[in-house]
Amino acid sequence: MSRFRLLPGAWRLTACACVWMLGAGASQAQSLPAPKRAAAQVSLAAAGISGIGRTATPAEIRAWDIDVRPDFKGLPKGQGSVRQGEVLWEAQCASCHGSFAESSEVFTPLVGGVTAQDIRAGRVDSLLPGANQPHRTTLMKLSTLSTLWDYINRAMPWNAPKTLTADEVYAATAYILHLGNALPADFTLSDSNIREVQARLPNRHGMTTAHALWPGKELGGTARPDVQGSACMKDCKAEVVVKSFLPDYARNAHGNLAEQSRLVGVSRGADTTRPPQARSFESDRDVAQDGRHPGPPEKGVKAALPAAATMAAIPVGAAAVMPLLQKNACVACHGMDSKLVGPSFREIAAKYKDHADAVNYLSGKIRAGGQGVWGSMAMPAQSLSPAESAQLAQWLALGAKP
Amino acid sequence: MFSRFLQRAPENFLSRTQIQDVRAGRRGFLAKAFAAAAATAAAGSVSAQGEGGDANILSLPPHSKGLGQPVAARGYGLPSEFEKNLQRRESPGLTRVGQSSVSFCPLQGLFGIITPSGLHFERHHQGWWDIDPSKHRLMVNGSDEGMLKRPMVFSMDDVMRLPSVSRMHFIECGANTGMEWGNAAVPTVQYTHGMLSCSEFTGVPLRTLLELCGADLRRARFILAEGADGSGMTRTIPMSLVMSGEVLVAYGQNGEMLRPENGYPLRLIVPGVQGVSWVKYLRRIEVGDMPYGAKDETLHYVDLLPDGTHRQYTSIQEVKSVVTSPSGGQVLLQKGFHTITGLAWSGRGKVRRVDVSTDGGRNWAPARLQGPVLAKCLTRFNADFVWDGKPAIFQSRAVDETGQIQPTYAELRKVRASRSIYHNNAIQSWLLEENGEVKNVQI
Repeated sequence: MSRFRLLPGAWRLTACACVWMLGAGASQAQSLPAPKRAAAQVSLAAAGISGIGRTATPAEIRAWDIDVRPDFKGLPKGQGSVRQGEVLWEAQCASCHGSFAESSEVFTPLVGGVTAQDIRAGRVDSLLPGANQPHRTTLMKLSTLSTLWDYINRAMPWNAPKTLTADEVYAATAYILHLGNALPADFTLSDSNIREVQARLPNRHGMTTAHALWPGKELGGTARPDVQGSACMKDCKAEVVVKSFLPDYARNAHGNLAEQSRLVGVSRGADTTRPPQARSFESDRDVAQDGRHPGPPEKGVKAALPAAATMAAIPVGAAAVMPLLQKNACVACHGMDSKLVGPSFREIAAKYKDHADAVNYLSGKIRAGGQGVWGSMAMPAQSLSPAESAQLAQWLALGAKP
Repeated sequence: MFSRFLQRAPENFLSRTQIQDVRAGRRGFLAKAFAAAAATAAAGSVSAQGEGGDANILSLPPHSKGLGQPVAARGYGLPSEFEKNLQRRESPGLTRVGQSSVSFCPLQGLFGIITPSGLHFERHHQGWWDIDPSKHRLMVNGSDEGMLKRPMVFSMDDVMRLPSVSRMHFIECGANTGMEWGNAAVPTVQYTHGMLSCSEFTGVPLRTLLELCGADLRRARFILAEGADGSGMTRTIPMSLVMSGEVLVAYGQNGEMLRPENGYPLRLIVPGVQGVSWVKYLRRIEVGDMPYGAKDETLHYVDLLPDGTHRQYTSIQEVKSVVTSPSGGQVLLQKGFHTITGLAWSGRGKVRRVDVSTDGGRNWAPARLQGPVLAKCLTRFNADFVWDGKPAIFQSRAVDETGQIQPTYAELRKVRASRSIYHNNAIQSWLLEENGEVKNVQI
């Protein structure tokens, strides 16, 4: 308890630090009181807190505090040679990254795109516009060697992270740098020479914090954001030219967009399994000017509409099965001609018209339900008698005639 | 080829005045429409068919004439079967392994500002886990022994006993809209902007924990947050945000616990900052005096500039907005009245205003902001649109309370070119074609 009574003094320091640190970042607060008051409030709230949490043991801290900073604080002692790294690499790394860390099969290549000149200069030329470099590899970007060591240590191998010894991490790090021509084949990397190797990283001078995207002053940064839009409201440009759009061949590349939107509401997903449909809206100037939902949909539009909920008039020929269709709510999801939630009866009929066993199959399917034949929307199992489902199946197999 | 996209004449579009005229004349028009609908009753938009009207009205459905399901038939409720189209989805070809990938939130179908937890976008670096909360621990230590009076360990029981706050914030991946830097690349708002979600989060200000540990707040300038998953995700967190009380160690999301895909049982909330800093499965906080140069702030989440330099520690998600409907991949079924709706947000504070254009940015009009308008939170906006059947290009442009205005692609690329991958906050354009289809375009 007495331990915490000491804290109010520290909190006062907190308030001072807060004022100093907030600086230009004051806009970030979400209706928070002024920094000083916020600090006071937190202090008051925390003043009565004791007995929550406990002191971490040295062993616990050793087990979890594994980070290595750019100044190599936290780096364990150890060493590993390029040669040892090669053996380790083939056994545990090459299956994802390729034997020469050049593979793009699973991840972006680790090695490639850097030159001896880059290593001398500490800047990578292939990051410049126009460089004919297909990937931005790890070695093209790596500015701090601690990053590579830390990440291999905490997260590799990908499917068994945190299983490498410190020496193995040194060896893997050395091998990658060797593949990137930053270290000779007979090199042994260790905690004592890692700073010298840092000075050979191709992109060691390639980073900047001179921007306004860090919400504080700790990194210096710039006072003002680098990009600002325009507030123009009227006649902002003479003409509007579309410079980029998805090519037709990519229309269905993300799957059928009709199945990625809600089935009711003002806008539906386009049926991208088919080419764009020309639609001629009837002249309905009044409807367009209404400001409310229009009345009748236009002729000639139905075929083009995905899940358009334009159910065709019930044909008399279907009269025999209509009571069944209604009683079992089939028509809630299936239209005669138009896809609703599920396929239309005509689509089903067309799909199975040449199947010898269509009646049996469809009869069973009606009662069992299913998913996947027509898309992701599941059809629940239906509680019809076998005779009833057979009657419906027969009507479908005969073409779902009107 | 491009000529059909040239929109020269302003008369192709209804002006604000015209729209007002139309709306003013609505009353007389209504009567006409009613008569027309009655005369052609066979063709109502939702199957007003057959003799005497809509079969859905005339013939009572089973749910009106039968017995429904009992209570607690589902101990945890699920969306309707009819809502199955709205799923988080991967963008084909974007990544090669599902454990290091992203799923996009279906923004095109969401209302208001809160993302249903089950549709929250996902980004995992080494797969997700469902961690037993009784075994989860949070450690707070220092980069050296003088940084804290007392390094501490908290169980979930401990964390959940501490005074908590609940706040609504957006979370956006730094790479959201990253595929669009060079050209229009993906079809819908789900894929262009779907690494974006918004929730009410509940947790403890990180500042409280630092004070309990007796952190040396004069020396502490950076925080390292570290996850318990295989990737051991680490990010450097701005101390200034921590001191403002905004950064939370959170366990609650939309009234329940975090979902496993979102870091159950504990994650960091860093309002206004890109999602990668919101470390999931949070196991450790280290208080330090220099930034950490983690993998995801050195090799990834660095923004390449035209001179070959990378910006490091880019964190703030700048002012941005997008029209979610009508949006790419959708089809307008009819002419007439539609609502343009969308989302706006800024990592620097509140959204001050949103303007909407239907003519590709030639003219703009203010949208209605739907409350609440909160700092570092999504803001829903709406605007009326009366479609006359002619092409239109929808855009939205947000302004935040610091005066930052969302840039066009031209304005953004002029400074950063098109290879930054991260932090693309340009104005999005959706082209409405005469056949009612809406497409992702850039102008």
